[in-house]
Amino acid sequence: MACSTGTCQSGCYKDNNEEEEQVPKREAANGVTPNGNDIDHHHNLCLKCKVNETIAPPSAAGGGVGDGGRFCADCFRGNLFGKFRFAVTANAMISPSDKVLVAFSGGPSSRVALQFVHEMQHKAQKNFDASRDRSLPVFGVGVAFIDENAIYPACSREFDQSIEEMKLIVSNLAPPRKEFHVAPIGSIYSSDFSDGRDRLKELLNAVSDVTGKEDLLLHLRMLSLQKIALENGYTKLVLGSCTSRIACHVIAATVKGQGYSLAADIQYVDARWEIPIVLPLRDCLTQELNMLCCLDRLETVEAINRPCSGINGLVSSFVKLLQEENPSRECTIVRTAGKLTPFHFNRIPETDDGNAHLASQRRQKKFNLKPNESLPPESFCPICHSPLNNCDLPSFSSFEDDQTSAGIFGASCCPSCRFQIVPKEPSSMVQFYSLLPQPIISRAKDGGCGNQRWLREQIQDCLLSDNEDGT
Amino acid sequence: MQEADVVKPKKNIGAGRQCTICNQRRAALKRPKTLEQICRECFYVVFEEEIHRVIVDNQLFKPGERIAIGASGGKDSTVLAYVLSELNRRHNYELDLFLLSVDEGITGYRDDSLETVKRNEIQYGLPLKVVSYKELYGWTMDEIVKMIGLKNNCTFCGVFRRQALDRGAALLKVDKLATGHNADDIAETVLLNILRGDIARLSRCTSITTGEDGPIPRCKPFKYTYEKEIVMYAYFKRLDYFSTECIYSPNAYRGFAREFIKDLERIRPSAILDIIKSGEDFRISTSTKMPEQGTCERCGYISSQKWCKACILLEGLNRGLPKLGIGRSRGITTDRSNDMKQSNGIKNIQSKQCGTLDF
Repeated sequence: MACSTGTCQSGCYKDNNEEEEQVPKREAANGVTPNGNDIDHHHNLCLKCKVNETIAPPSAAGGGVGDGGRFCADCFRGNLFGKFRFAVTANAMISPSDKVLVAFSGGPSSRVALQFVHEMQHKAQKNFDASRDRSLPVFGVGVAFIDENAIYPACSREFDQSIEEMKLIVSNLAPPRKEFHVAPIGSIYSSDFSDGRDRLKELLNAVSDVTGKEDLLLHLRMLSLQKIALENGYTKLVLGSCTSRIACHVIAATVKGQGYSLAADIQYVDARWEIPIVLPLRDCLTQELNMLCCLDRLETVEAINRPCSGINGLVSSFVKLLQEENPSRECTIVRTAGKLTPFHFNRIPETDDGNAHLASQRRQKKFNLKPNESLPPESFCPICHSPLNNCDLPSFSSFEDDQTSAGIFGASCCPSCRFQIVPKEPSSMVQFYSLLPQPIISRAKDGGCGNQRWLREQIQDCLLSDNEDGT
Repeated sequence: MQEADVVKPKKNIGAGRQCTICNQRRAALKRPKTLEQICRECFYVVFEEEIHRVIVDNQLFKPGERIAIGASGGKDSTVLAYVLSELNRRHNYELDLFLLSVDEGITGYRDDSLETVKRNEIQYGLPLKVVSYKELYGWTMDEIVKMIGLKNNCTFCGVFRRQALDRGAALLKVDKLATGHNADDIAETVLLNILRGDIARLSRCTSITTGEDGPIPRCKPFKYTYEKEIVMYAYFKRLDYFSTECIYSPNAYRGFAREFIKDLERIRPSAILDIIKSGEDFRISTSTKMPEQGTCERCGYISSQKWCKACILLEGLNRGLPKLGIGRSRGITTDRSNDMKQSNGIKNIQSKQCGTLDF
């Protein structure tokens, strides 16, 4: 990897624009241009190594190949991996004692995420084997695929084939061996899969809004991933969300009125979940990831991915249009949203046993991590798990209207979920509530007393008994 | 275009369906904001009452204040003038209302729309003040365009208009200026600020009142009012308004962002309000401050730099260097302009019609 050595590791991608402007001038001044009158040839040289040809002609750079118009294949690969590695190290995403679960959909983004995590692990393994004291253990990697065949039935033969292909992709990666978990989305209910499948279908049918249905499924997918991670002892969950995907989320969340919680979703680290989520591809464009898959012949399994509909579909075509008009638009959108104030959980929580990780902590460049412990814990929407704005918190008057647990549940959701997911009719609300998987129900119950617990912790030293009643 | 928008819902209305509000009269329209089928009279009531609530809840006006209404003759400002004078009478706001127009000096566009405002002056009985670029700056937009061409002319117009409105308001000795920005405009501004990466503007663009630290605060009583409902109101009330695009930026009206909002509105009418809510709720740390405000050494207008933007642009015009102060700014020209570079004929992400008094 070109980027893994030398000085460019500190996010050289940030200087891309500058480089683009400066390099031609520099070249001309130094007379480096190998062949002055061969203008076409000059334009196709990689900006970084200035030796090899670029992957695509520069004119195509705006047409959706990202850095492909500027770099040769090696520098392109190195640059992309550099972005990934910078995100990982700067945000302390992976430590040697971690066991990392990569969420794999079969698409190019998660394929690259898997590849990069694998390369990083591979390198760590090499270092481990070579080092004398073996002080740094090698982090473990597993792969998870959530099977949504229950919701979007595909031809079973095709589906089975896709699963086989994915198994092959995972097993073909060099050792250390990675476990591959395939879980049907219905398994969030219980181990009894067929029952879960029916309940899930009913649950989704209770949601009338197309966008709401899609978003609910997304939240359930996250629950499934969390469940796999939790049950198999993983400590981090890696998602392949890239800049383009996050840009769409920024616009979609704005359109759905989720401006308050947006800042939580788009940071590198999201530790509000039991297993913290990390987004190491946050700075990579989807075109670049596609390009890498092409270059390195990384197999993807496309059959399973579906285009979005409703508001989400509208947003993604809007962002695509903007990106075509200006190739840096997606980056600008994510950068804007990145300026919103993150939440306290948008960083990897500090561990108490400092000694165990001493070796690794030396290596991490932890910035952007400003602990702010004095804040009260957020309340979360039980459905989408987004932090709630104080002014949107359920008031007591809304509880009075409907004292049933279904009614209380509905009132404790964020305004956006209340609008697009929670049924308006009280009777269908009761049914909807009865179909919800356990994690969502318990989240709603925990949410209510989270604040109370925090208050109790504040006055802990003055309390004489361990429980509320004072007995 | 506007009329087509209004007529459309009529087709969907089943014959003889009752108004869902009064349950007495026949429903005549589907309310764009809520899709309720209601009669005309109920529409007038809910439309006006919503604006009244916004004014009261946000304490936009105090009794006895003098208020200028930025009037371009377009639909938003015409409906604003009509509704404000109506509510002022009905709810005893005790406001002195004035119409304030800016004459940019665009033949075939502003002269015609000013005629509309002059008719409004008589129809609503509101005194009108017109300030012109010619008398304030010595240049009309026609002359400016003759000199600099059709590129960047919107920058001049936008900067000059902003100042002209403040100067007009000062001449009228008003306490506040009300503009006709509607919910669609604000939602569009929120999106545009995200697309541009302008976090400072993103934090302020949803405020209903701005410039409270300046000489004349501005407010937007139509912050939550849908453009479609304004058109509908003007249409049913047969208000006299002017709807032609500025001849110097004929294609500026519909940009990507505006089209996107219209598409959203079609599948989820509440999306416009949701975007505004997001804009209000964004967690933006208060340390993101705008540059400190001083006054222009030349004309005394508020400015973060030595000279205000209008003076820089004017200096360029008068010295025959119209490029001065346009584009990438440095030195004394770092004051950020509200207008994006707009090249004529090319579809832009921004859409605001340049000739209106909305900026």
